[in-house]
Amino acid sequence: MPDAVALSSPFAPSPARERWRRAKSAGMTVVLCLCAVAVMAPLFLVVYFLVRQGASSLDWNFFTQLPKPAGESGGGMANAIVGTITLLAMAATVGVPIGVLGGIYLAEYGSEGANVWIRFAADVLNGVPSIIWGMVVYLLLVVPFKTFSAYAGGVALGLMMIPLVMRTTEEVLVLVPQSYREAALALGIARWKVIVIIVLRTALKGVVTGVLVALARVAGETAPLLFTALGNNFWNRSLSEPISALPLQIFAYAISPYDDWHRQAWAGALVLMAMILGLNILVRLLSNWRNNQ
Amino acid sequence: MPSISEPKTATPSAKTFTAPAAGQPVVPSAPSEPEDIAFDIRDFSLWYGTNQALHGISIRIPARRVTAIIGPSGCGKSTFLRALNRMHELTPGTRLNGSLRLFGEDLYGSHVEPTVVRRRVGMVFQKSNPFPTLSIKENVLVGLRLNGVSDRSVLQRRLEESLRLAALWDEVKDVLDRPGVSLSGGQQQRLCIARALAVQPEVLLMDEPCSALDPLATAKIEELIQTLRENFTVVIVTHNMQQAARASDRTAFFYMGNLVEYDNTSKMFTNPGNPQTEAYVSGRFG
Repeated sequence: MPDAVALSSPFAPSPARERWRRAKSAGMTVVLCLCAVAVMAPLFLVVYFLVRQGASSLDWNFFTQLPKPAGESGGGMANAIVGTITLLAMAATVGVPIGVLGGIYLAEYGSEGANVWIRFAADVLNGVPSIIWGMVVYLLLVVPFKTFSAYAGGVALGLMMIPLVMRTTEEVLVLVPQSYREAALALGIARWKVIVIIVLRTALKGVVTGVLVALARVAGETAPLLFTALGNNFWNRSLSEPISALPLQIFAYAISPYDDWHRQAWAGALVLMAMILGLNILVRLLSNWRNNQ
Repeated sequence: MPSISEPKTATPSAKTFTAPAAGQPVVPSAPSEPEDIAFDIRDFSLWYGTNQALHGISIRIPARRVTAIIGPSGCGKSTFLRALNRMHELTPGTRLNGSLRLFGEDLYGSHVEPTVVRRRVGMVFQKSNPFPTLSIKENVLVGLRLNGVSDRSVLQRRLEESLRLAALWDEVKDVLDRPGVSLSGGQQQRLCIARALAVQPEVLLMDEPCSALDPLATAKIEELIQTLRENFTVVIVTHNMQQAARASDRTAFFYMGNLVEYDNTSKMFTNPGNPQTEAYVSGRFG
């Protein structure tokens, strides 16, 4: 009897089996949706609380004025905003050339044996707690010069950027097809020109994306700045003096006993978050632009 | 001394000529007219690590002629082509033996820079590879610019000359600032030829330049090769037997890293001296 044979097959459709299968499918879909929500929820919660607590304290003065002494109301974080931008510029000055050149070495020059160790070192550095970077730079730049300084803060953030920039640069350079290198070398072009003008230019958007990601990553760092840039309630007059930064100012205000300062800390956090979000959106736009080409 | 057009078996260094399972000697053919020798290659062997890719190749490639190199996959023909402008050096762990002279000059001499060799011996690749960030114009001129030519009138002249030589000028003269990769596949390959010609090489190496193109684009490139032979020495690796027969003056048959036979193309395809060559060109193996 062919029918009986068909029904006894493990793949035969049976209403009960079908219902159970659908139930499992629906159950797993719900679990996955919950996981997706769990991933998204913290971001929305952070943004929600920052806006609720901080938006009311955001006004023109916040962006233009110096912090007021305790007890006086008003004042702003203009120096911290400028300080953060200054520190990021200095970090990029340190981190981008070394990181990009290191990435070029890994992708174009390094032998496989050496590269294994360099990549390992970069990955370990990536995982070094940021406060340790602060301590190292404290010993290297703060103790010898006997002063906290913007330089020390910029170097601390720049050192943190190096492994990030190096690995992303390597990754995007490796993606440039070998045929472009061969075509350029076959024209009798010197190898360094091939790398700088053909390879790096082809991968430029990827390299820029990597730099922006690294900047976004270090923009919010507080620990390395505690021992180096220190913070400053006034405008920084010289890069060899302490400088303020948003994370430092937020930290200082958040642990203070004054409600007014707490509100300012929320506003500062909102601005910092917006800056980092802005960098990330820029990264997104760049990557889309790259993929569309 | 053997006459210049004689195949390799007549050269003194023929001792390493060991065509596998080849019984008959190669019959030299009389030269039809006096020729200059571009490449004079003797007893040239090449290894990738411990793996020998070329076994004692001796061959004289005439100037201002088209020489086709045929043979089954893995026979060493691409390796041989890349050795002609030292491109194989990009592969780590290569080693070579023997001599390779271009117009009398040892290309592997200790004082010779690979970049200088590659300016004299240009190359066109299997897959067209215009630089994606550069315009049509920049693609053609990149070799000159990066080798230090900045005179605008020279660049402009070379741009038009090279594109005309590559039979592309009429198609692109109004869109020179468009990206090179915006062209069709056949146009891109001719752009790559123009790019290689712009640095005014003496020799143009072509590594299966038509294998990714449709028959019409292929016909255009073959026509172009015929005009190039007036001024350039062309060495072309091809899998396409008809192409070798149509487009070349000389044909060399490589098999398992050996040069089996090298002769005038008409003879190679009608009356080859070696049974292996005959089997290959008639499609019985390979």
